[in-house]
Amino acid sequence: MAIPSNLRYTHDHEWARDEGDGSYTVGVTDFAQENLGAVVYVELLAVGTAVQAGGRFGTVESTKSVSELYAPVTGSLVAVNVALDGEPELVNSDAFGNGWMVRIRADSAAQFAALMDADAYQVHVAAAGN
Amino acid sequence: MDSPPPATPPALQQTPLFDAHVRLGGQMVEFAGWHMPVQYQGRGLVAEHLATRAAVGLFDVSHMGEIIVQGAGAEAEVNRLVSNDVSKLAEGDACYALLCHAHGGAVDDLYVYRLGADRFLLVVNASNADKDFAHMLAHATQPQLFANRSCDFAQIAVQGPNAARLLARVAPGDAVGLPRNRIRVHGFGGGDLLVATTGYTGETGFEIYCAPSQAEPLWFALLDAGGDLGVSPVGLGARDTLRLEMGYPLYGHELDDHTNGYEARVGWAMRPKKTGGFVGSEPLAQVLAQGPAKKLVGLELTDRGVPRADYAVLHQGTAVGKVTSGTHSPSLKKPIALAYVPSELAAPGTQLAIDVRGQAKAAVVVPFPFVQPLPSNPVD
Repeated sequence: MAIPSNLRYTHDHEWARDEGDGSYTVGVTDFAQENLGAVVYVELLAVGTAVQAGGRFGTVESTKSVSELYAPVTGSLVAVNVALDGEPELVNSDAFGNGWMVRIRADSAAQFAALMDADAYQVHVAAAGN
Repeated sequence: MDSPPPATPPALQQTPLFDAHVRLGGQMVEFAGWHMPVQYQGRGLVAEHLATRAAVGLFDVSHMGEIIVQGAGAEAEVNRLVSNDVSKLAEGDACYALLCHAHGGAVDDLYVYRLGADRFLLVVNASNADKDFAHMLAHATQPQLFANRSCDFAQIAVQGPNAARLLARVAPGDAVGLPRNRIRVHGFGGGDLLVATTGYTGETGFEIYCAPSQAEPLWFALLDAGGDLGVSPVGLGARDTLRLEMGYPLYGHELDDHTNGYEARVGWAMRPKKTGGFVGSEPLAQVLAQGPAKKLVGLELTDRGVPRADYAVLHQGTAVGKVTSGTHSPSLKKPIALAYVPSELAAPGTQLAIDVRGQAKAAVVVPFPFVQPLPSNPVD
């Protein structure tokens, strides 16, 4: 299972990538998509919406279940992945790439820095798998 | 102070195919007290579902309960308990039926196989096996004819348009090519299999009852012989979406102790006026005469979203019913649901809505089944 080292991670299995301009791209991890099963619908809040770290930014529906998506950082949505409207399965096939979900302009850089790095997330996943 | 030790849940049971599932990458989950595969790594619910519709799927359903009723008077005993008329079954025939409370609600749904003049196999849901057996003994006049033999049977379902081709290669016999609802003895590995032309997917196929020791050899023989037929092991996840596409009820969702067969749209399996009646037949005859107040319907969402069990069904903004099962149909690639609504809102074409976490999503009543299975492919 892939856990890219250039990303940061939440306990709820979202990943975040620093875009270097105060914004962060967010999606769900490979571990998350495997456990969700086939993703059939991704509902995301609209561009411009304010989100709180730990607060909901959308919902992902799979054949098996429905799960809320939680923002890793506080800020506002500056982009959402409209491709997921037509191809929600991108979350399964390319969780860290074309399956990205939203970009958040963060109020501060501190919350991103406090997220788990790949090593810590690896430990977290191993514990979740047991 | 020491706190009391946490209560230990009863150990989950394993089917004879537990090791086989683990080797095949089965994601094991708890279901009705059993360790069962929900799907297999590298395949997944959607691929397993589509393999069953297009080719052939193998299902471990060894968790199901098997009750044997045998001895002089067995037919009368079974007929007094179940909703269908088993006196109409010839040896080797089968029927679907409900086991009912005296008030008409469903204790369980089950399959009745007539193995001989005085010998019946009753196959019940794993979650209800103990409740069913107690109900049967409580209402039997000859309880000594009933034996809960669940531990003596494994069950493998082989379902899909290539099921007959596959079975004919591995364990050929009389059931291949028979219409639905028959059961025959086939040979395999020096032993006998009970092969029934029944299933829970809507596809042509078989449910094979065998000794636990035969389950693993049979399972791998079917997998090995079916490579060119597109065979796939299938977990409980796809078992659920396959039956949902057919509108088949699942006990605990569409059926429960307070729901009757007319509401669940299995009135074709109810014979309240058969000679002697059955436990619950009097109130059920009244339901038949008056029509049920609510009915199970199939709903197709015309908006985006996925309906789930317990979501409210709305009519002109008012809650009128409840979703009992829902998913995104792998065959139709559309959200579908089973739901109870007042009978006057059950006609196909009726415009309703489903409350998907606070948003009213448009839905329309559609006839069952949601999907028409392909015909069976001829054997080699």
